Amino acid sequence: MRIKDFWLAAMFSVLLLPAVHAADDDPAKLLKSTADHSKFEALAGPFDSGPAVTKVCLSCHTEASKQIHQTQHWKWEYKNPQTGQMLGKKHIVNNFCTSVKSNEGGCSSCHIGYGWKDVQTEFNAEENVDCLACHDNTGKYKKPAGFAGNPVVKDTEFPPGSGKIIRGIDLAAIAQKVGKTQRTTCGACHFYGGGGDGVKHGDLDSSLDAPDKALDVHMDVDGNNFTCSTCHKTDGHQVPGSRYSPTALDKEPAHLRGKVDTSNPATCQSCHGQAPHPVARLNEHTAKIACQTCHIPAFARGGQPTKMWWDWSTAGKMDKDGKPFSIKNEDGYDTYASIKGDFIWKENVIPEYVWFNGTVKYTLTGDKIERSDKPVPINHFEGSATDGKSMIWPIKMFRGKQPYDPENKSLIINHLAGNDDTAYWKNFNWDKAAKVGMANAHEKFSGKVEFIETESMWPITHMVAPKDKALACADCHVNNGRLEKVDGVYMPGRSRDHMAGLDKVGWAAMALVLLGVIGHGLIRVVSPNRKHK
Amino acid sequence: MARIYLFKGFERFWHWSQAALIIFMLLTGFEVHGTYTVFGFEKAVNLHTLAAWTLVGLWVFAIFWHLTTGEWRQYIPTTEKIVAVANFYSSGIFKGEPHPFKPSLARKHNPLQLLTYLGVLTLLSPLIWITGWLYLFYADWAAWGLTALQLQWVATGHTVGAFLMLAFLISHLYLATTGHTVTAHVKSMITGWEDTEDEAVPAKKA
Repeated sequence: MRIKDFWLAAMFSVLLLPAVHAADDDPAKLLKSTADHSKFEALAGPFDSGPAVTKVCLSCHTEASKQIHQTQHWKWEYKNPQTGQMLGKKHIVNNFCTSVKSNEGGCSSCHIGYGWKDVQTEFNAEENVDCLACHDNTGKYKKPAGFAGNPVVKDTEFPPGSGKIIRGIDLAAIAQKVGKTQRTTCGACHFYGGGGDGVKHGDLDSSLDAPDKALDVHMDVDGNNFTCSTCHKTDGHQVPGSRYSPTALDKEPAHLRGKVDTSNPATCQSCHGQAPHPVARLNEHTAKIACQTCHIPAFARGGQPTKMWWDWSTAGKMDKDGKPFSIKNEDGYDTYASIKGDFIWKENVIPEYVWFNGTVKYTLTGDKIERSDKPVPINHFEGSATDGKSMIWPIKMFRGKQPYDPENKSLIINHLAGNDDTAYWKNFNWDKAAKVGMANAHEKFSGKVEFIETESMWPITHMVAPKDKALACADCHVNNGRLEKVDGVYMPGRSRDHMAGLDKVGWAAMALVLLGVIGHGLIRVVSPNRKHK
Repeated sequence: MARIYLFKGFERFWHWSQAALIIFMLLTGFEVHGTYTVFGFEKAVNLHTLAAWTLVGLWVFAIFWHLTTGEWRQYIPTTEKIVAVANFYSSGIFKGEPHPFKPSLARKHNPLQLLTYLGVLTLLSPLIWITGWLYLFYADWAAWGLTALQLQWVATGHTVGAFLMLAFLISHLYLATTGHTVTAHVKSMITGWEDTEDEAVPAKKA
């Protein structure tokens, strides 16, 4: 090569270098992941079903389904070691749609599996694990109710003959963009529990898709921008922090990187430790008060209301054409629906407060219940001021009326969803719905359906407010404050804690002393021999 | 009429600053108790605590002063003239009789007054201090092994102490008017100089 050519070549190389560099190595554009799923040929698609996608996932992530099969997210089943009760969605009765059991085809749109049609269905094949439900990063993945947890890949009329079309989604496009879980992936189910946005929890709704700091100091999109799994730190697909066995009291120090910590990583203390306040007196409060009590001043704060009352006993009314109908409030939320009954929605709800030691006792079918002036506890947070394991917790108390069997004195499993003659949402017949529901659950049923008031407790632990919005002292240290109904603790400023008669006797004594000196003084003034002016 | 320099500078400073602190702590304390709202609970607690620590500081100095000057001997109880003093306040005072007790540098307080102050120092103050400190260090009870202690007992004790202190304050304020003039005692507590009454010619002064 001649020298001139060399220089020309060199100059060109220098000119070209930055361009090449920018295209391939720009750190800003590089994926954090070491794999770009859109480059995998196996994910090119097209896919005609969910399991077809999962098979491809499993070809690399060989152990994923085995892990998933061990989880509560898969089993919907949890045996509480403290109470021995068999819990989980598969078993419990709730006071929203009342049970998953006998309604699997509808409810399983929120199950991380494919093909859970009914009680009998076996669907434990590895390819029936739904990877996309949690790992979709496009926001396009949907599992409509009524498809046994399957996504719809072709435009489909549903319910058949209704003229309503559910649009098919492109599973390949979704599969090529998979990534870590996001607020929206967890939220697709957990924000919509109980049959709609914000219905169930009160502290979990779609406002947490992209919350500001005022709504959630940790998830704030312009700040910490936590995802759910930042706290619910998942290991081998096991997600910690279940409401069936919550950690009510965490006396462990903050978790330290590299140190083996077996305690729940989703508690406040697992990051903030035991003395998070700069003021000692506030740290004293952590002895008895859960962080959430002060730091979540209200739930349903993001603009999305939550259901506080659900009365099934009024369901089944028809309009003048004999058709089911619904009534909406001014904000557009159903306050009545023929298929479900009456509702009350609320925003910015002040929680109720209870002593809670982490043990939750459920009323299951078969447990005897009695009609009384008190609602039947669907579940109950155990705890007291004196058991040494309890903290004062904020809860959402969800109340309503639901079917029960007055002869067997049991809550009823109702067959609500389904394309059959016995489903309540088809035929509005409680007797049929209860009979089939109880049969599916293998429970005794007398054939009688009455309605009974029930209540369920939900821990309030999300929507943590910025510190300047936390409760102030006087929210509780006052008469008729937030904790007025919480027993077993002496609260300065709350008169009902004072020893009986202390103030009466005290002030009466002060009045006597005052009267005494005034009397003494008066005698000095009026006595004829007074020396003193 | 003679004058003696009864109350030294530090003594007067101690008296008045302690008086201000105690009145302020009664005010904030009963707010914390829930009797009324002036500062708001949070501020009341903080001010009450601040005043408590200030009083602790003041007492450190006061105890040091009493020990080094020997003034602690003022609080050695005596029954001498105690009946006479009691009689004076229950009847003599109305008849223009002279006070049976003459203060001196060795004995600044009449025997009833002395017993009252001694009671405040040895009974009331410990009640308030012990319950107050326990209240303040509530979070450390478990670490100190005080597992059986109830906050209600401590708070009740502290409140009883507060009522007793208020009763003392009311009586003390009234008795301050019972000198040879209504303001005589107050004046001597401000200036330190006490007029000693002349027994022979009581009428002239009036």
